[in-house]
Formats: sequence, structure tokens, C-alpha cells
Amino acid sequence: MSKIKSLDDLRKIKAIVEEKMKLRENSANSEIHVQVKVAMATCGIASGAKTVMEFMIEELEKRNITALVIQTGCMGYCFAEPTIEVTMPGKDPIVFGYVDTSKADQIIEKYIKRGELVDGIIPKNYESI
Amino acid sequence: MDTKYRMHLLVCGGTGCIASKSSQLIQLLKEELEANGLEKEVQVISTGCFGFCEKGPIVKVLPDNTFYTQLKPEDAKEIVAEHVIKGRYIERLLYVNPETQEIIRDAKNMGFYRKQMRIALRNCGFINPENIDEYIARNGYSAIAKCLTEMTPSEVIDEVKKSGMRGRGGGGFPTGLKWEITSKSISDQKYVVCNADEGDPGAFMDRSVLEGDPHSVIEAMAICGYCIGANKGIVYIRAEYPLAIKRLKIALQQAKEYGLLGENIFGTDFEFTIDIKYGAGAFVCGEETALIHSMEGLRGEPTIKPPFPSVSGYLTQPTNVNNVETFASIPVIILKGSEWFASIGTEYSKGTKVFALAGKINNVGLIEVPMGTTLREVIFEIGGGIKDGKKFKAVQTGGPSGGCLTEKHLDLPIDFDSLTAAGSMMGSGGMIVMDEDDCMVAMAKFYLEFTVEESCGKCAPCRIGNKRLHEMLTKLCEANGVEEDLDLLRNLSVVVKDTSLCGLGQTSPNPILSTMENFYEEYHAHVFDHKCPSGQCQSFRRYYIDAEHCIGCMVCARNCPTNAITGVKKQVHIINQLICIKCGVCMEKCKFDSIYLN
Repeated sequence: MSKIKSLDDLRKIKAIVEEKMKLRENSANSEIHVQVKVAMATCGIASGAKTVMEFMIEELEKRNITALVIQTGCMGYCFAEPTIEVTMPGKDPIVFGYVDTSKADQIIEKYIKRGELVDGIIPKNYESI
Repeated sequence: MDTKYRMHLLVCGGTGCIASKSSQLIQLLKEELEANGLEKEVQVISTGCFGFCEKGPIVKVLPDNTFYTQLKPEDAKEIVAEHVIKGRYIERLLYVNPETQEIIRDAKNMGFYRKQMRIALRNCGFINPENIDEYIARNGYSAIAKCLTEMTPSEVIDEVKKSGMRGRGGGGFPTGLKWEITSKSISDQKYVVCNADEGDPGAFMDRSVLEGDPHSVIEAMAICGYCIGANKGIVYIRAEYPLAIKRLKIALQQAKEYGLLGENIFGTDFEFTIDIKYGAGAFVCGEETALIHSMEGLRGEPTIKPPFPSVSGYLTQPTNVNNVETFASIPVIILKGSEWFASIGTEYSKGTKVFALAGKINNVGLIEVPMGTTLREVIFEIGGGIKDGKKFKAVQTGGPSGGCLTEKHLDLPIDFDSLTAAGSMMGSGGMIVMDEDDCMVAMAKFYLEFTVEESCGKCAPCRIGNKRLHEMLTKLCEANGVEEDLDLLRNLSVVVKDTSLCGLGQTSPNPILSTMENFYEEYHAHVFDHKCPSGQCQSFRRYYIDAEHCIGCMVCARNCPTNAITGVKKQVHIINQLICIKCGVCMEKCKFDSIYLN
């Protein structure tokens, strides 16, 4: 461990660790951030949900969007896997089906950034607790 | 560069949860993750206390905030297989609201957390206490940096004074003023002492802070040292807190390695080191003069003040003694400003207070609420109400030095002055809740038993007076009380209070006085009606055999340990009240429900 000799040294360490702990800070304020739920049941994983999830985690970060990417169980839309549910702060969740990385890219660019809808929306037919 | 994890599993590593095997759980979670090749995606962190000790061990899964309770090590497999891999919540491990039977998945929706405001506990349950970097990421050591590089000692003292912070150890003395007095004492050597000798039965606020966020205390001690002109700090901690000691030692080592303790801190000429001194767990050593004597290697006995420690303390040098929780709040005051802190709380009690909830309450645990929160909110909303749907009777605040508060005090906003006015005290923050089955005379006796044990014996009122008080209470509970005892009890209580040397004796009769004030009818019933209204005092119990139901099977007679039951086979039995020790075995064993209590 090198010594901390100035406020700048402290800030440097802070910046690095803060980055690693961002998930915890963001989770504590989940209601003000974008939440992306990726259905990761057997059907989802088989259709490539894991790639989509990793894509979402990486790309959202690269594009400077603070978001919580949450893995969830089967949402029941096995015909349309991979499915993801996006909740913008203060808005109702929207479910997108048949999501691959290029669709995920569109969702980030159009829906998350600009609020425009993209094809492939599945009408939500349930309420969750 | 380390991996960035997409999921964090926060596992409580406080003493309570470790006792319920959370260390094994952490180990198994890590093994399971590794077996599934997920160790680079999911991080397992052992944190300090979440406060929700009633339902420990606890795991909080982020980013989805799922809150699993009462876990066993063997649940690790299911958590990884179901939640981590398939994203499915494990319903049987989620928290169930005891009143509505509703399952609550997200900790944010729990009544327990909704009303809380965590300042002293800001990092407990959030960071790994054994990792200084995580503390730094949460603005750790920024406050001391700010003090050393941007503020003069008197500016820092002013800030603490303006915040309205009062000592959290029990006395409620203004912290800033104490610092100012010590800073004005002239001496070559001064000391900062952290009082971690938490002795109230049922209290574990300080232990949890030291276990969950030791760096906040270290940082604040250094700030205090800067203010008063001290370069040495000592943490006086009871040896019964091995985990807190271990984490504190790790923290001290890490701070030293980073140069945050030692010489030339943040490139300035300020120097500060911290040592640990162990106490043997004597209650009186929480009193600052006794604590100082104990540190000096003398008997842990208090001495008359003045001189106050801020003038002549450890090794006769000016010494500033503050409690753990007081220190833990200081860095936040410096960073967020005194105005922010002073905006929380009531007129003369600012900020928040940590309480340890114990007794007959649903959510036993550690909470932090703004000053001015009512007892009703604490007990019924955060605490989840009384266990088993029983009726609330009283709450003892301030431990053995405090008093009991009753139903009529439920809407009282809690702060230093309101509790004192109501005949109790804030104390260090223990809250023991009692229900209708608890006898108030027996409760007072319990606390006196404690003070008799813990009295150092130096002054006569405390040594002899408390002993006599305890004897009288025992007499009452054993059904031997007479009318004169009641007056004597009250008078002697007042004398002990007025004439004792230190805080221990000056407050030890409080449980008697406040129960006599609020529940005099119970004392009356013990003496005049020969009964204990709540049924707790065994000596008043009378077991009888119902002649109509008894079939003379002899089971009770055979099981009675004192042969108090006589009778012939197939004839009604009789209990000899003179021999009966009221153990209740006969009632338990009778298959025909023919034994009843008066």
C-alpha cells in the first residue's frame, strides 16, 4: 500500500473504489435509476439472455447511463425470449421481446435515451409485488 | 484492476449473525459461486450489522435489493442455484411481515427500515469493515483531510458546537463544548479517549459501530486530536468484544499503512496514533473517571469531579473522553455541515440516536432514528409491535440507570430532555420492551441485582444502600413484603440517589422510583393483596387441584420434586402449599387439566 499524502491521493483511491461499489450505491437509490430486468430462466438463457445481459451492463456503462441490470426468473414470455423489462424512473415498466444485441442497442439508444418506443413490445399481462 | 461484479451479496458479519453461523454461510456461498464459475461476476461481502438481528443471518442481494432472512449455511446452494443463476426469488427465505403475513422482498418496503435515518450507522451493513478502501469510497477520511487542510482547530470546534451534537454515551453533554474546554487546557501532552465500555444489559450500539465501521471512529478521534491538540488516542474497549477488537485492530493497521495515522498526516505536521486498552467488563468503568483509573492500571473506581478529565485526566493530563457513537457521527457533521445536522432532531437534541431494541418486541435489533421520533413509532412501526400479540406495558430506556415509560408516554418525542422530564433518561440507547406478563417489581429487582453486582464499593450509599434496596425488592417478590417496606424503599432510593459518589449510584434507584411512580398499584398488590398482578413472581402462585376433574391417577404426585402432593389412588389429590415450591411440574404433567393456578 502506498501512503496517502494529500487530498488528491485520497480522491484517487476514492474514485477507483467508488467505481467498484457503484452497484451498491445505485441499488440503495433504485427508484431514481433506470432498471433493466433480464429474464434468465432456462428458456431465456438458452436463447442468449446472458449475452444480452452482459451487453446491457457494458454498453449502459460505456454510454454513461446509470442503470441497474437485474437478472430475474421466467417472465412467462418463453415464445419471445430473450425478453427484457425496462423501467424508466417514475414510469410503468415496458417489456421487450426477441432481444438480441442489436435490438438491445436500439432499446438503449431510442427508448432509454430518448423515450421513443421500439418494435417488439409485449403487452404486460401481470402485476408484480 | 479487479473485476467488476454485476451482483453483490452483502452478508451480515456482526456478532449476532456470526453466532448463527454467517461465517460458514459466507464460505459456502463463495464455494458455490466458484463451483458455478461465477466468482468473477458475483461478489460476497461480509459487512457489519444490518440491525435486523431478530431475523439473522441476513443476506441482501444487490442490485435487486432482495432481503433474505434467517439463513442457514445449507441455504447457500439454493441461493446460488435459484437466485444467482436463474434469477428466481426464494420465497421461503424472504421476510414475512408478522402482522399482515405478507411477504416483503425488498428491504426498502420494510417498516423496520422505512422510518430510520442512519448517520452513525451509515456504513454498517453496506461496506466491508475490514477494507479501508470501501470506507474511503464512502467519503471516509475526507473529513479529517478537510479539517487538516482547510480549517483551524477552533473552526472545527465551532462547527461541532453549532451542530448541537450532544454526547451519545448517556450524559448528553455538548460535544463541541467538551472539545473546547480540553483544547483550552494547557499541557504538553493531551489524550483523546474513546469510551467503548458499553455496559448496559441489552445494549450493543457501540459494539455494532466498531464491528461495522471502525474507521469512522478512528477518523473522528484524529479530528478530535487535531482540535484539542492531542497526538495520542486510546480506545478503551471491553475484552468481551473480541470481534470489535479484531476489526478495530485491522482498521488501525490499515490506517497506519496508508499514513492516515502516524506522522505528517495529509502532508501536514499533524501527528496522531491510537492504542487499544482492554477493560474487564465492569459497568462502573463506563464512568469516565473510573475508566481513566482503569486505563492507568488502578482500580476501576470513580473519583469526585472536579477536576474534570478535560483538565486532569489520563496520567493527570487533559483528556477528552467521548463515546463510540458520538465519534462515529463527527465525520458526517464536518462533511455535510453543522447546519444540516442541526436541522435534524428537536430543539435541544440534534441529529439521530441509535437504539438497541430488546425484550418482548417483534423486531429485536439495532435502529437509528432522528431525535424527536416518538416511542410509538419506534416500538410499533420500526419494532413491529409486541411479540405474540400481547399488550404493551412499559419500556425501560437508559438501562439500569434509566426508568420505565408507559403507555401514556408513547407519543412522547424521544430526546435527551423529554426522557429526563418523564422520569427516565436517554442513557446510551438500550430499550427493553415489556409486555403484560412482566412484573414491574421483579423488573426493578433485576436491575438492582445488576447494580449491586457492578457497584465498585467505594462509597457507602451505593455499596450498602443498593444492597438494602435489593433485599427489600426480593422480600416483596417473595411475598414477604410489609407496608413499611414501601416507604422505606422510596426514602432509601432518594438517599442513595442524592449521596452517591458517581453516576452509577446516582441513577441506580431510578428503576425503583419510576416503577413506583407509574405502577404503584403493583407494589401495593404485592404487599396488601398478596398477589403479583402479572403472575410473574412465582412465590405468589398457588396451584390447586380441581376436585371435580381429578381422577386420582397419581401422575402429579409422582412427578412432584418436593413430594408436596398427597393422595390415594383413584381419589382426589391435595397440594400442600407449605411444601410446594411452585415449579409447575404437576400442571404440566396432568393429563386431565385438573390443576389450576389461583
